[in-house]
Amino acid sequence: MSGKKTKKIKGPLAREAQITGWLFISPMVIGFTLLLLFPMGLALYMSFTDWPLLGSHNYIGIDNYRHIMNDALFWQVLGNTVYFTVGLVPLNIVLALLLALLLARSMRGIGLFRTAIFVPVMTSLIVWSIVWKYMFATDSGLINQLLTALHIQGPAWLYDTKLAMPAVIVTSVLKNVGLNMVLFIAALQQVPASLYEAAKLDGASRTRSFFNVTLPMITPTIFLTVVMTVIGSLKVFGQIFVMTQGGPSNSTKVLVYYIWEKAFKLFQLGYASALAFVLFFVVLVLTLVQWQLRKRWVFNESDA
Amino acid sequence: MKATHNASAGIWRKSLGTAGIYAALGAISLVMMVPFIWMISTSFKEPNEVFKYPPQLIPSTFRFENYADVFKLIPFEWFYFNSVYIAALVVGGTVLFASLAGYAFARIPFTGRNAVFLVLLSAMMIPHEVTAIPMFLFMREIGWIDTHLPLILLPIFGAGGVFGIFVMRQFFITVPKELEEAAMIDGCSRLRIYARIMLPIAKPGLATLTIFTFVTNWNEFFDPLIFINTRSLMTLPLGLSLFTDEVGTAWHHLMSATVMATVPLLIIFFLAQRQFIEGVAMTGLKE
Repeated sequence: MSGKKTKKIKGPLAREAQITGWLFISPMVIGFTLLLLFPMGLALYMSFTDWPLLGSHNYIGIDNYRHIMNDALFWQVLGNTVYFTVGLVPLNIVLALLLALLLARSMRGIGLFRTAIFVPVMTSLIVWSIVWKYMFATDSGLINQLLTALHIQGPAWLYDTKLAMPAVIVTSVLKNVGLNMVLFIAALQQVPASLYEAAKLDGASRTRSFFNVTLPMITPTIFLTVVMTVIGSLKVFGQIFVMTQGGPSNSTKVLVYYIWEKAFKLFQLGYASALAFVLFFVVLVLTLVQWQLRKRWVFNESDA
Repeated sequence: MKATHNASAGIWRKSLGTAGIYAALGAISLVMMVPFIWMISTSFKEPNEVFKYPPQLIPSTFRFENYADVFKLIPFEWFYFNSVYIAALVVGGTVLFASLAGYAFARIPFTGRNAVFLVLLSAMMIPHEVTAIPMFLFMREIGWIDTHLPLILLPIFGAGGVFGIFVMRQFFITVPKELEEAAMIDGCSRLRIYARIMLPIAKPGLATLTIFTFVTNWNEFFDPLIFINTRSLMTLPLGLSLFTDEVGTAWHHLMSATVMATVPLLIIFFLAQRQFIEGVAMTGLKE
């Protein structure tokens, strides 16, 4: 839009704009090329080699990718990642939306609740995970001590193949639900009050006005947060590293943990790069979906 | 008469509903707060009291040595110092370079502007884990392993910086053009316009970016894990995670360390929570 107007200006001013424009973006563009584009290209090449930590490497074509397809542990890891994501996202979104609906109003002490729910977002993930590792501890953990008070023998949460992942999911939901809640509150507050008044005049009940006014108006935000939360979940690492180290017997080993292990513990850098590209591909697809949705959202808004 | 009766019933129902809302919110807030309360309680306990049943909320004796012990067991003060100064440099660098580039992308007409911007934007979806492996080799080649340089430079020029450009560009676009045009007629250079006019106007945007970058960097775990080996060079998240492996069930020591790692930041958060929450909401919606 601004292009049309500025194209008319010719001569020294236009040349000045060329030079300053590029000068202003040059630190970022140079840094970005060296630290992101270049390694990205190298990573792609590495994924077609048997790159070791030391010594020479060989080009092996798509062998790494073929190997991934036959790697039973990879499929288990992928399954764990999907399990984590599918477990976390609906819980997170529904809880965040419920909290936002309760908190997007003026009530005495509402700020206090908002703060309480947002504090974990501000806490370091590693610290939060350490504290929850303690909460879930078999003997001294608060959860099992409370269960004992109810005469229930608490399980070894983080050492049980069936329970470890749900424990990590709960920890992660509590850590981040406040973030999505704040995004939903912001979206709810942007819904024009006139719409609710109109719905009320038409005799719509509260439930109806939620489903026919609120939900459609905040659908774009819901889509965005879902996609962002899904992408975040696919990259889960810190809480797994602290709480379970991928165990017991690989039941919580997720994709990024596997990549880290292959690259920096076993030093199979080529294979790890190929794994990373699998992750990239999944994120790419999701991001493209998100962009499509955002386009539609922007279009609708300017349309209205 | 009937009307007032209905009204009072309505008020009753309403206050019952309000009580329900308070109860629900109280419950979830409690779940969020209990870990912190428990963390503080345990941090003062005697080692054997940690395992005592029933659990004691208030320790029978306050053992302050737990805190002193942490400094004997790990170079905690260095973890802290490293985390603070690295985050400060990353925030400074990101704000400076991202706002410069954001201004250029928003307001300076130069060839290739849209193409470069598109390339930058698409790079935001590259997972960090993809570039981390070649970056490790690269840093080893130039001897930067076990230094703070990768921890400072990678976030500034990586996805974090690109996100910063995006946020700042969105912000600068909304500034009225007339302000700049007047200054240009007066013969102001672009650099002066950027520094004297645009940056002061963009304070809310800069605050948002500062908060966002700081929180992201303060929590950064993957990079320190792969680039740092020496104890005294570690950041808080890395140092604490390794400490967790070492002390096993010495929860009293671990909790003293986590209290010290958390409380100062939470105090800052309480003082400026409005800006924090609004800033996060703003960047989240614009992303």
